[in-house]
Amino acid sequence: MEGRLVVAVSPHIRAEMDTRRVMMGVIVSLVPGIAVGVWFFRWHALALLASCLAETLSAEALACILRRKPSTLGDLSAAVTGVLLAMVLPPTLPFWAAFLGGVVAVTVGKQVFGGLGQNIFNPALVGRAFLMAAFPVLMTRWVAPGPKVVTAATPLALMKFDHRATPLLDLLVGKVGGCMGETSALALLIGGLFLVLKGYADWRIPLSYLGTVAMLGSIPWAFRPDLYPSPMFHLLAGGLMLGAWFMATDPVTTPVTKVGRYMFGIGAGVLVVIIRLWGGLPEGVMYSILLMNAVTPLIDRYTVPVPFGGKR
Amino acid sequence: MSRRPWYREYLKGLWEENPIFRMLLGMCPTLAVTTSAVNGLSMGLATTFVLTSTSLVVSIIRKLVPSQVRIATFTMIIATFVTVADLFLKAKFPAISKALGPYVPLIVVNCFILGRQEVFASKNPTGRSILDALGVGSGFIFALTLLGSIRELLGSGEVFGHEVIPSWHPWVVMILPAGAFLTLGFLVAAMNIIEERTR
Repeated sequence: MEGRLVVAVSPHIRAEMDTRRVMMGVIVSLVPGIAVGVWFFRWHALALLASCLAETLSAEALACILRRKPSTLGDLSAAVTGVLLAMVLPPTLPFWAAFLGGVVAVTVGKQVFGGLGQNIFNPALVGRAFLMAAFPVLMTRWVAPGPKVVTAATPLALMKFDHRATPLLDLLVGKVGGCMGETSALALLIGGLFLVLKGYADWRIPLSYLGTVAMLGSIPWAFRPDLYPSPMFHLLAGGLMLGAWFMATDPVTTPVTKVGRYMFGIGAGVLVVIIRLWGGLPEGVMYSILLMNAVTPLIDRYTVPVPFGGKR
Repeated sequence: MSRRPWYREYLKGLWEENPIFRMLLGMCPTLAVTTSAVNGLSMGLATTFVLTSTSLVVSIIRKLVPSQVRIATFTMIIATFVTVADLFLKAKFPAISKALGPYVPLIVVNCFILGRQEVFASKNPTGRSILDALGVGSGFIFALTLLGSIRELLGSGEVFGHEVIPSWHPWVVMILPAGAFLTLGFLVAAMNIIEERTR
């Protein structure tokens, strides 16, 4: 009998969906984006992916040993962090910097809070924010897609500093400078739709996030189309597709309630448009999600649903 | 009055009552000026000077001060020695004074200086008070120099201005405020682990 009698707190739900399954779904849905990224940046992208993955996995294993907890490698969350981190870093980043980003993402971003489910911020974005603050020069060195290494600006930087718009078709396919996760909006969209249709992510956040960016972005464009980018450009350029489908839908760091999720998406959308149009940086997806992560506990607190017949 | 052997009054400030790692007091200078080992060390020395001098004076006059006005009295004494330290640094070490900026005059609001007066110097004889102040001051110097060394090492590959790791790619973030919070967090975590394992 010993070991077979399990006493656990309710609810006693038996469901197919567990952490490992959801994480596997995220990895599968990232495959189109990764494939296009590898096609455009060749071995740079592969090397980056390998070093990020190696580091997040080993950092996770080490953290579990140090914390004297059973290994959590099996839930694949560290693998998702590694893949997402590789997708938001410049392909030419030296491997030691990617290594460092992986360590920071897993230890500072997740394990110091007590592991998966306890972290306040999206781990992959914590890693990127750290690298951005530590190595601003390396992190803004972009290359054009192709087998040869040619320095190129990202479409958003071209728009912001030179007011030159990149053709929308190039943005959709991904023939632009940037990191792996910024290039092909179409591939990411396919992955994102798969994620939402399979029920691994809530559609409310991407919908309200992308919708807010499109609506707010169209207002200045309607008045000065020569100066401001069109809403379509806003949607397709930069890391918005990756952020909206894969990072803003992280179940740990976003609100639990439905109303809260709309609020999260709208808030992040407003921040992206503000940073892109009036901020000092060309892209604002990372900071918009991190800032909304920070206010998530507050949103959850004010959107607690009223039970039937109950009083607020 | 404390009944510990006299040397314990000094030693307790280094570890069990370390102002930074154990009591988490005086965070403002700790986070703000430790961009390099030299800055951390000089801030620690200036603070220790103010703390020791104030403890000396407070423990001498401890029976003359009515308890209603003791905080104001302590603050006046602290302010006097802070002015001395500030003018001394400006006259003799203008470079360090410039690097520390407004944080030298701000020693006056450093909470563990006033704290030591409240919990120790105003209740204990002069000799013990000086030992206590020197101990806490040494703990502060240790913490600030360690923090400054780590940040300088990672931020520029140097410690005390000497190159330690050749051709180090500087981590700019370590010189920024975020680096201070990260380093302090990891150091406090390390100290807690050591404390737990040795207890």
